[in-house]
Amino acid sequence: MLIASALLSLPLLSLFVIAFGRWGRAHSVAYAGCFVAAVSLFSGGLEHLGGVWGAPSLVLPIGLPWLKAHFRIDNLSALFLLVVNFSAAVASAFAIGYSAHLPERRRVTPFYPLFLFGMNTVLVADDAFVFLVAWEFMSLASWLMVLADHQKAENRRAAGIYLIMAVFGTFCLLPALGLMAGPGGDYTFAAMRLRDMGGVVGFLVVLLTVLGTGSKAGLMPLHVWLPLAHPAAPSHVSALMSGVMTKVALYGLIRVLFDLHGEVGWQWGAALMVVGGVTAVMGVLYAVMQDDLKTLLAYSTVENVGVVVIGLGLALAFKADGENLLAALALVAGLYHIVNHSVFKTLLFLGAGAVISATGRRSISALGGLLNRMPWTGAAFLVAAASASALPPLNGFVSEWLILQTLFKGPGLPHWAMKFGVPVVGALLALAAALAATCFVRAYGVAFLGRPRSDAAREAGDVSFGMRMSLVVLAVACVVLGVIPVTVTDALSHVVQPLTGVSFAVSADLGWPWLSPVSSHRGSYSGTLLVMVGLALFGVVVVLVHRFGTEALRRSDAWDCGHREDIPQTQYTGPSFSQPLRRVFGGTVFRARESVQMPPPGDDSPARHSVSMIDPVWDGLYARLGLAVEWVADQVNRLQFLTVRGYLLMMFCTLVFMLLVVAMRQQS
Amino acid sequence: MAQQFSYDLAHLIGATVLMAGMGLLYQRRLFAVLNTFAFQAVALAAAAAWQAHVQHAPHLYATAAIALIFKAIAVPLALHWLVERLGIHRTVETALSIGWTMIVGVALVALSIMLVLPVTAKAAALTRESLSIAMSVVLLGMLMMITRRNAVTQVVGFMALENGLILAAVSAKGMPLVVEISIAFSVLVAMTVFGIFFFRIRERFDTLDLNYLETYRGDRQ
Repeated sequence: MLIASALLSLPLLSLFVIAFGRWGRAHSVAYAGCFVAAVSLFSGGLEHLGGVWGAPSLVLPIGLPWLKAHFRIDNLSALFLLVVNFSAAVASAFAIGYSAHLPERRRVTPFYPLFLFGMNTVLVADDAFVFLVAWEFMSLASWLMVLADHQKAENRRAAGIYLIMAVFGTFCLLPALGLMAGPGGDYTFAAMRLRDMGGVVGFLVVLLTVLGTGSKAGLMPLHVWLPLAHPAAPSHVSALMSGVMTKVALYGLIRVLFDLHGEVGWQWGAALMVVGGVTAVMGVLYAVMQDDLKTLLAYSTVENVGVVVIGLGLALAFKADGENLLAALALVAGLYHIVNHSVFKTLLFLGAGAVISATGRRSISALGGLLNRMPWTGAAFLVAAASASALPPLNGFVSEWLILQTLFKGPGLPHWAMKFGVPVVGALLALAAALAATCFVRAYGVAFLGRPRSDAAREAGDVSFGMRMSLVVLAVACVVLGVIPVTVTDALSHVVQPLTGVSFAVSADLGWPWLSPVSSHRGSYSGTLLVMVGLALFGVVVVLVHRFGTEALRRSDAWDCGHREDIPQTQYTGPSFSQPLRRVFGGTVFRARESVQMPPPGDDSPARHSVSMIDPVWDGLYARLGLAVEWVADQVNRLQFLTVRGYLLMMFCTLVFMLLVVAMRQQS
Repeated sequence: MAQQFSYDLAHLIGATVLMAGMGLLYQRRLFAVLNTFAFQAVALAAAAAWQAHVQHAPHLYATAAIALIFKAIAVPLALHWLVERLGIHRTVETALSIGWTMIVGVALVALSIMLVLPVTAKAAALTRESLSIAMSVVLLGMLMMITRRNAVTQVVGFMALENGLILAAVSAKGMPLVVEISIAFSVLVAMTVFGIFFFRIRERFDTLDLNYLETYRGDRQ
């Protein structure tokens, strides 16, 4: 009831903004309404996850007359309701302050509630029709918000590519769901669960689902729209697109592969793991090279989606081999990373939004020294960056550690491909985690530390109270999710229990604060104890320093490396920080070439250092695809210039061909 | 006995129409094409008259009369007059050589027999063969439209196609006359339009070869 009324209120809010958009306060009211709706949906999800009402379902007589709309909330839906609406609530609260100075807000606010409506409806849908309509709602509402600032050519291009990829995704999902419904045409998920799909149909369903949801989640090589479209939208929207919408896509993947489709072969698990590993490493390699703060964060989203997909693929492989306990563990690890990423990526994007609203700059080369000027934003961003770099005791560490621990069990699988492949994927995951740390050290160091590189950064001040509080709430969530991992995994094991058929406790061996996924003596972790011991040691050190340290204070200038003058250009820049990585990986992956242009003798202009890089996915795949489409279009265009006899011949041949088909069918 | 005889005669006339259709493909002279077409129309009229007699359907006599007057006499005479009046080149200009056209024509007849006979397994015996013959005539007419360059031969091909349709219409029992009259009139209208068209083409280009028409079209450089 709570969930239904909160869902219904969202389209009404959208109408309200369309009607009263001229009036400045209407936007704040609408975002406050979205906040309330998201909080209600969150509490509704919490109640369901607690198992108060089981898995209630609802059938409404809307939509096509012979298809009713089916809704159902099981544990998986409830978990994703929590994920979506926690971020949505915080982003809405942030937007109250953030959107006040947004010039294009009248083109953003009306679609924001519809975006939330679409995402939440996807989660509670229980038939293919509702699922796809809600999915399109989500795509189109977010597309309109990407297009909000349409004065810039790059935003128009981003929106165009996003639209093509969204259409491609739905184009794949539509036949996938249709194949699952089968010739009987029963589009409810309940009927799909019971249906036994044959080998070919089952294969097609999995392939199309992976393509369809993967294009929305950002799996390589379908990720191209993501780093363009996510930064183009206003920051509270990009936070939701990156932190949450990719999760809704992963929800679709989990729903089909683990719930609706009965039997998925281990080969699919292996394929997903490879795709996930490549996505993780490539995504973070792209991220390290970026100068635009929001593009960097979007590529980091690609990386984290890859990490989650590794976990899901491993769970599929274990499940196909009957290792249900390990499958449940891998699935818990994947879901845990989904939860964590949604929290810290929302925080990172909102922090980027705060930086943009304070400085008006998105390029990290134009920032610097923001920690002193925006202490709240800086501190919150630091927590999120540490979490994204998988540093203990924050939440990002726990889930990546769990996925790695599960990967160590992978060689126990009976297939040789898995025995040899799993360690490789593990190495890729470890490489991605290390590169992510580099990426965020670079982003944080260049943007928030050092001295300002532009006047905009020099004159920045911290954002309004409401926006600061949103960031703090998310930062606290990052810490809490990392410090009490066992509570989270216990909740998640309720979610995976219906999907893998076993109930288990990750902490069974050692008891509450210890997370010991494999066994008590092979790998165990307790964030709670870690933090407690850390705090205790910190206290001891403070006491010791104050007790035994010298009392004499001496103030002097910091050592300035011999640079007397105050030039910000002498600092490390973004490109100089990533230069070693560019030399190691970029030469092969991006074909990065560095060149120095020396001025001719007698000329007193400076020498120029330049780097050229290509985007292997775009140039290697999409540009060629575009050329191929153009070529085909040219060929087809010739049909417009046929002779009269040519047209007659075409009709005649078509007729004869169809008659032949009829004749052949009669013979057989 | 009488039943068998009426079948045989109907088939004979239908086969004559079909042979005339093949004959149309074989001619190398325009006047010969027109004569063959007139012969086909006469055969069609005979088929309609015989069906009228067998089915005791007097309105089919009207169809036979229409076919005889318009298709066997009026249209060939008009085309004859056109060819002479315009001084059109008297050789049939082929896009596909005569031999190949014949081979394709035979293949089309085989296709239509293969197609129609199994489909209409439950229909009356008379209807079945006649339908397959009629369909062959239609396909041969289309083939003639495609493989001949000259506009006159294309018009003849189009009307041979119409002949096939009428043959199908008279062989099926209970086809109302309205349909046939409308078909006959559509042929007449088509011929008139083509006639006017010829004059316009001729005035502008001094030829009836359609290739000249194509180069004139606005959207080709």
